[in-house]
Amino acid sequence: MKFKEVDDTGDDSADLTPMIDMTFQLIAFFMVLINFTNAEASDEIKLPDSDLARPPETIPDFRLLLGVESNGKIIAGGRIIDKASLLKPYLDREIDNARVMRVERTKIKVIIRAHRDSKMGQVQEVMQACRDVGLEDFTFRVKERPRRTPGGRFG
Amino acid sequence: MKIRKIGTAEEKIELQMTPMIDIVFQLLVFFVMTFKVVVREGDFNIRMPAASAASSAVDDFNVPIKVQLKAGLGGTISDIIIDDQESLRDATANKNQMYELLSLRVAEYKEETSVGDFASELEVEFDTDYDLRYEEQIRAITAVSGRYDADDNLIKLADKIKFKDPAN
Repeated sequence: MKFKEVDDTGDDSADLTPMIDMTFQLIAFFMVLINFTNAEASDEIKLPDSDLARPPETIPDFRLLLGVESNGKIIAGGRIIDKASLLKPYLDREIDNARVMRVERTKIKVIIRAHRDSKMGQVQEVMQACRDVGLEDFTFRVKERPRRTPGGRFG
Repeated sequence: MKIRKIGTAEEKIELQMTPMIDIVFQLLVFFVMTFKVVVREGDFNIRMPAASAASSAVDDFNVPIKVQLKAGLGGTISDIIIDDQESLRDATANKNQMYELLSLRVAEYKEETSVGDFASELEVEFDTDYDLRYEEQIRAITAVSGRYDADDNLIKLADKIKFKDPAN
């Protein structure tokens, strides 16, 4: 009867090289894909989609991001504001920041990220609060929807 | 004088793998947890100068198309009225057709006002009900911004979009 030869070299450590290789590759993969640009965007806000919306071609000199939740609350500078009429101090502060960067208030891009179920009246109140302090360049941000079939865009 | 013992070639240098693996796994967990599938986002530009700075009717030859969006139950669209005259609800069976017809009307207007190869600059002014859902507004903006022809080519329609000034 044959007996299997027992390894008696005393070196019982596992070969870690493939595991470390794989782990580093995974880290590299996630590092490349990680995106912090939308870190300021609230997860609570579900944007509507459109197949005609295109990513902006130019980067504005100064931008203001305002979120409108489905319950009408406004997210400005990471803080939740109950009413559009209470936006003025925040807007004035941001306009001052823009002035420091030599950007005129009419050139400030106001990006509105509103929840798809929010009321249009609430969005317009936010726009009006911005207009009251001299801002006039607005953008509605939406999700890009890939076009499927001709004629089926409203389906 | 002490003489440092020089290691011989046979001596094996032991690398401490455990702390490195610990850190590497922590990094991996961090990236996995913060990973989020990014959805591409696009913009619709709206320019709304203050009432005092708004262009006067005298020098503005391009009269905007006025589109009223009426809200129904639950903030859905109930009617679209173009230039206070044509109600699209009467001409269509559902809201999808209503948006399609709105797009068609804007395309017709653009064709009528264009001279030769020079496409006119079209402006659309929305007068939207307070309760209308934002999603419906975006569908209306999509409809007036452009449409696809039979060959799936994009035809651009309205160049400027604005909202009715609440002061007026």
